[in-house]
Amino acid sequence: MSRELNLTLQIWRQEGPHDDGHFETYAATGISEDMSFLEMLDIVNEGLIQDGNVPIEFDHDCREGICGTCSLMINGQAHGQEKATTTCQLHMRKFNDGDTIVVEPFRARAFPVVRDLVVDRSAFDRIIEAGGYISVNTGAASDANLTPVPKEASDTSFDAAACIGCGACVAACPNSAAQLFTSAKLAHLNLIPQGQPQRFERTESMVETMESFFGSCTNHGECHEACPKEISLDFIAFMNRDYVKAKVKNRKLAGQT
Amino acid sequence: MAAPATSPPGSTPIFRRKWQLPFPLNIYQSSIGRKWVMALTGIGLLGFVVVHMIGNLHIYEGPVQSHEYAESLRSLGGGLMPRTFLLWVLRLGLAGMFVLHIHSAYSLKERSRKASDKADFIGGEKKYHSKRDYVAANYASRTMRWTGPIILLYLLFHLADLTWGWWLGDNYVLGDPYHNVVASLSNLPVAIIYVVANVALVIHIFHGTWSLFQSLGINNPKYNELRRTLAKLVAGVILVGNLSFPVLVQTGLIDDDNRTCDVGDVTCLEHQAEKH
Amino acid sequence: MAVLDSKIPEGAIEDKWENHKFSVKLVNPNNKRRFEIIVIGTGLAGASAAASLSELGYRVKVFTFHDSPRRAHSIAAQGGINAAKNYTNDGDSVHRLFYDTVKGGDYRSREANVHRLAEVSVNIIDQAAAQGVPFAREYGGMLDNRSFGGAQVSRTFYARGQTGQQLLLGAYQALAKQVAVGNVELHTRTELLDVVLKDGRACGVVTRDLVSGEVSSHSSHAVVLATGGYGNVYYLSTNAMACNVTAAWRAHRKGAYFANACYTQIHPTCIPASDEFQSKLTLMSESLRNDGRIWVPDAFDEERPPDQIPESDRDYYLERKYPAFGNLVPRDVASRNSKTVVDQGKGVGPIKNGVYLDFGAVIERDGEDVVRSKYGNLFDMYERITGENPYKVPMRIYPATHYTMGGTWVDYNLMTTIPGCYAIGEANFSDHGANRLGASALMQGLADGYFVLPYTIGDDLAGRLGEAPVPTDDPVFVEAEAAVTSQVDRFMSIGGTRSVDWFHRELGKIVWDYIGMERTKEGLEKALAEIPALEEEFWKDLCLPGSAATLNSGLEKAGRVADFFELAKLMARDALDREESCGGHFRAEHQTEEGEAKRDDENFAHVAAWEWNGPGSVQTRHQEELTFENVALTQRSYK
Ligand SMILES: Cc1cc2nc3c(=O)[nH]c(=O)nc-3n(C[C@H](O)[C@H](O)[C@H](O)COP(=O)(O)OP(=O)(O)OC[C@H]3O[C@@H](n4cnc5c(N)ncnc54)[C@H](O)[C@@H]3O)c2cc1C
Ligand code: HEM
Ligand code: SF4
Ligand code: FES
Repeated sequence: MSRELNLTLQIWRQEGPHDDGHFETYAATGISEDMSFLEMLDIVNEGLIQDGNVPIEFDHDCREGICGTCSLMINGQAHGQEKATTTCQLHMRKFNDGDTIVVEPFRARAFPVVRDLVVDRSAFDRIIEAGGYISVNTGAASDANLTPVPKEASDTSFDAAACIGCGACVAACPNSAAQLFTSAKLAHLNLIPQGQPQRFERTESMVETMESFFGSCTNHGECHEACPKEISLDFIAFMNRDYVKAKVKNRKLAGQT
Repeated sequence: MAAPATSPPGSTPIFRRKWQLPFPLNIYQSSIGRKWVMALTGIGLLGFVVVHMIGNLHIYEGPVQSHEYAESLRSLGGGLMPRTFLLWVLRLGLAGMFVLHIHSAYSLKERSRKASDKADFIGGEKKYHSKRDYVAANYASRTMRWTGPIILLYLLFHLADLTWGWWLGDNYVLGDPYHNVVASLSNLPVAIIYVVANVALVIHIFHGTWSLFQSLGINNPKYNELRRTLAKLVAGVILVGNLSFPVLVQTGLIDDDNRTCDVGDVTCLEHQAEKH
Repeated sequence: MAVLDSKIPEGAIEDKWENHKFSVKLVNPNNKRRFEIIVIGTGLAGASAAASLSELGYRVKVFTFHDSPRRAHSIAAQGGINAAKNYTNDGDSVHRLFYDTVKGGDYRSREANVHRLAEVSVNIIDQAAAQGVPFAREYGGMLDNRSFGGAQVSRTFYARGQTGQQLLLGAYQALAKQVAVGNVELHTRTELLDVVLKDGRACGVVTRDLVSGEVSSHSSHAVVLATGGYGNVYYLSTNAMACNVTAAWRAHRKGAYFANACYTQIHPTCIPASDEFQSKLTLMSESLRNDGRIWVPDAFDEERPPDQIPESDRDYYLERKYPAFGNLVPRDVASRNSKTVVDQGKGVGPIKNGVYLDFGAVIERDGEDVVRSKYGNLFDMYERITGENPYKVPMRIYPATHYTMGGTWVDYNLMTTIPGCYAIGEANFSDHGANRLGASALMQGLADGYFVLPYTIGDDLAGRLGEAPVPTDDPVFVEAEAAVTSQVDRFMSIGGTRSVDWFHRELGKIVWDYIGMERTKEGLEKALAEIPALEEEFWKDLCLPGSAATLNSGLEKAGRVADFFELAKLMARDALDREESCGGHFRAEHQTEEGEAKRDDENFAHVAAWEWNGPGSVQTRHQEELTFENVALTQRSYK
C-alpha cells in the first residue's frame, strides 16, 4: 500500500491585487504519496469547502507539465525542488511525513498577484506581441520542403521552443529578470532560416519590451535550475549577442543576417 | 501598439524610456547594453589588476627594481610625449572604466530592485517570505553587489595609503615604493585590510570572469566548461600574487634591512637603477 | 429534412471545395474592416481563425478563459498531425487520406467535409513550417514523417512529443502579431456565458470577467465558437482540467443543434488512477503498443508481483483473440478488451484497475538502451507519476476518455443552425464521424481556422454590408446579461454542503459506467434516471464559499458542471436512440459473434442532431442523412 503523509502547509492567502496578503497554516492529513502536489491542494480545498471556508486559488490546467499554467514557490523553489518538473507533475512521494511546506505565489512586480497563489503573467504575452513571431500571413507560405532547415539548427531551435511560458525563471531570479523566457523565444526563431528576415528587428523589440517589465540579469543561473524544460543559459548569451548586433548592424545595406 | 482591450494589471510596463538617445548611446540605455559595458570595463579592470599585480612583483627583486618599475611607468611613451602623460591617460581611462562599471552596476541593480519590489508583499525588502533555496547562484555571484563596493573602498584606501601617503606621514617616501609598501603592510590592521579586500576582489573576479562571456554572448557549449576553469585560474593567480605581499611583510620575509640605499635616499635609488 | 441543410456543394468530390470557393460571396477588402467577428477560444482552431480573419482585415475580438492564449488545451497534443504531402513517396494522396478518414470514422462522417480536410491538410504543414514550427527533420533538412495510429503510410508530421504545443505556439504567435498591430482585441480570463440572438441571428455574446466578476456584452456580426471538446463530462479524462462544454451548450440552448453527442473516443494507453482523488489521467503515446505486450494474470485473485507470475499464468488476451493484429488492434478494440478483463476482476495494481503493458520481452531482445532511445521520455514520465520503474516492472495502463467526436452541428460553411454563429475545431461535430484517427484532430482544428472559415464566413457576411452591430444596450443583451447574472446569483445562494468537484466526480462515475466504452439499453436508461436525480441534488446541495466579485474557480466550475449535467442526459439519449455500434459508440446489443462493433447502415447512416426545446423537455432528434458515393461501406475486421 502506498505511504500516507501528514503535512503542515503555510500558504499565502490574498484577496485581490490591491489587498495585503498573509500566510495561513493548514494541516494536510492522510495524503497519499501517489498524489500530485496539486491534488494535495485539491484535498485541502475540499476540506476548506466542507467547513464553509473559501478555498485556495491556484493556477493549473493540463496537469501534464505542458501548458505552463501551474506555478507556486514551494519551500523557496519555483515548482518545488524536483529538477525539470512542473508543480503539477511534482508528486508527494518526494516529501516526508511531518514536513512543513511553505507555498507562495511566483513573485515579481510584473507578475501581480490576482488572488492567493494566482498571478498575472500577461507581460509574457506582451513580449511575444513585440516580435515573437514570423510574419507570414495565412496562405502566403510556399511548400514546406522548399526551405531546408539544417537538422542541428532545427533541434537547437526546438530545445528553445520547448519553453512553456510558466514564468518560473522570473520567479526564481533574484533580479526578477525574464532573460531565459525571452531568449528562448528569440533563439527558437532566430536560429532557423524562416526567422532571418525579421531577426534583428525582433530581437531589438522583444528585448526592449522585456526590459520595460523585468529586472536585469546578473548571470546567477537560477532560472535554468528552476526551468521545468531545462532551457539552456546559452540562449541568454545568444540573445545578448544578437541584441548588440541588432543595434550595430546597418540593416539597410547588410540585409538582416 | 494598441493596448489590448482588457489590460490585465501585469500588462503595464514598469520602466519607460523618457527619451531615445542617438546611436551608440542608446545601447547604454538598455540593460543588455549596460551589461556589455560592465563586461568590457570589467575586462579592462581585470587587465589593470593583473598588470598591477605583476608590476608589484618587482618588490621581490628589491627597492631598486621597484623604483625603476615606478619610474618606467611615469616615463611610458618614451621621449615621444611629456613625462607622465601616458600614465595620466591610463589613469583617467582607468577612472573612466571604474565610473562606467560602477554606474552600470548600480543602475542595473536599481532596475532589478524595482522589478522585484514586492508591490504585493508586505514586510521586508526581499522577494519571498520563505527561505529562498538557491540552487545555482553561488556565493560569488550573490555577493557581487558587496564585493564591488568593498573593492571601491579599498581602492580609495589604497590610493590614500600608498599614492598620497596620508597616514604614513613622514615615513612616506615619494619615489621609494618598496619602503612604503613595507612600512604600510607591517602595520597589522592595515595588512588585515589588504587581505580582506583582496579576498573580496578575488571573489568578485571569480564570478566576473565567468560571467563576462555570458554578457558578451561569447559563448559556445564546447568551451563553457573552460570558462569556469579560466575563472578559477585567474582568481587563483591574483589571490596568490596579491596576498603574498601582506603575508610576506608580516612574516618578516620582506623588510627594509638588506637595502643598499638608505630609506629616503631616492638619489641613491636612481643612481643604482641607472647602473642596472 | 429541411431544417438541416448541410449546403454540400455540387460536383464531383474533388471539385466540391473548388466550386464552393468560387461560388461563395466575397467581401471586398476595404469592406472587411466594417465587420466585427467574435472568436471564442484560442486553441488551434480559435487562434488560427482569429489570426487569419484579422489578416484579411476583419475586426476580431478574441476571448479565452485562460490567462494567455497559449494555454489552450491544444497545447497538450503529443503525437502529431497528418497531411497528405506524400513526402515519403509511399503512395499517400489526398484521396487516400480522405478514404482513411471516412473509413476510420466508421462511415459516419460527411464525405464532402472530409475530402476538403484532406485537400487543405497540405497547406497546413506549409503554413506551420513557415511560421517556424520546429517539426522533426532529417539530416538533409527536409521534414520527417512517421506512421501513426496504424496508418499504412507515413503521413504524420511531428515535433518530438510536443506537436500540439509547437503548432499552438505557431498559431498563438500569428495571433500575437495581429494583437500588436491592433487588429485583434484580446480578452483573457474572460468566459463566454451566453450567445445572444436578435431576430434569430447571432449578434454577440455575454461574458464574465473571471477576475472581477463583471458581466458584460459584446456585439458583432458573427460569433465563432472554437471552444474544444467535452471529454471532461467523464470527470477523469486526458483533457485539461478546464475543458468544458459551456460555450457550445449555451449556444445549443439558444438554438444550435447538438450532434452525435454519444460519439466519444477512449484512448487505451493511459496511466490508471491511483485513488479517488485523482484529478486527471495522463495519456501515454500509443506508440508504446508497438513494442509492449499487454497481459493480465489468469487468476482472479492474483497477489504475486508481476515478475513472479510465470508465463503459464499470464493471459496475453489481445494476442490470443486477435492473432493478426495482436497488441496493435485499434483504440476502441484495445480499450474495450481492457475493460472486459478488469471487469472480470483480473485487473492489476493496488486498486486492480489496470492491465500490464510489459516491455520485458523487448528489453531482453534489444537491450535497455534501445528501448530507452525509443521511449525514454515516456518511461520517465511514467516513473514520475507512478514512482515505478517501467524498465523493471511492467507498466500499468487503462483506457481513458480522450476526444469527443460529437459536438455542435455545422453545415459545409461551418455555420451552426444559428445564422451568424459558427463552430470550429473539436467543438463542432466535425469530420471524424464516429471515431477519430490519430493525428487528425490537430489537422482539423487548423484546417477549419486557417483555410476553411476565412473563406466561408464571407458568404453570410457579404449580404450584410452596412448593417451596424446591435448596440450592447439593446434589450436582447440586457436580458441575456440579466439571465447570466441571475444564474451566478443562484449558484452563490444555494448554500448547500457539497463541493462542485464532488458532484462532478459523481456525475463522471455515472457517465463512465453507462455511457463509456460499452453501452447497453439498460445502462443508458439507468443513466437517464440517475443523472437528473444527481442534478436535482446539485441545485439544492451545492456549496460555493467565496464571492462572485473576485476570482472564484468554484463558481466557474459550477456553471460548467451544470452544463455537463444537461449534456450527459443528451449523451445517454443519443446513445440510446442509436441502435447500432459504430466507432466510439459500442452498444453491447449490437456486436458480431466475435464481439466486434456491428453497424446498421440501413437505419443509422445519418447524423443525429438535437434541437433544444427548453429546460424541462427532451430535445428533438433531427437526422442528416449521409451518402457515400466515393467510399464503399465495409465492416472492419482485425482477426
Ligand atoms: C492528451 C491529448 C493528446 C492529444 N494528441 C493529439 C495528437 O497527437 N494529434 C491530434 O491530432 N490530436 C490530438 N489530441 C486532440 C487535440 O489536441 C484536440 O482535439 C484539439 O487540440 C482541440 O483544439 P481546439 O482548438 O478545438 O480546442 P482547445 O484547444 O481545447 O481550445 C479551446 C479554447 O476555448 C476556450 N474556451 C472554451 N470555452 C470557453 C468559454 N466558455 N469562454 C471562453 N473561452 C472558452 C479555451 O480557453 C481554449 O482557449 C490530443 C488530445 C489530448 C487530450
Ligand atoms: C578592479 C576592480 C574590478 C574588476 C576587475 C571588476 C570586474 C568585474 C567583472 C569582470 C564583472 C562581470 C561583468 C559581467 O558580468 O558582464 C563585474 C561585475 C560587477 N562589478 Fe566589478 N570589477 C571591479 C570593480 C568593481 C567595483 C569597484 C564595483 C562597485 C562599486 C563593482 C561592481 C560590480 C558589480 C555589482 C557587478 C555585477 C553586476 C551585474 O552582473 O549586473 N566592480 N566586475
Ligand atoms: S524559460 Fe523555463 S522557466 Fe522560463 S517560462 Fe520558459 S519554461 Fe518556464
Ligand atoms: S498544469 Fe499545465 S503545466 Fe502544470
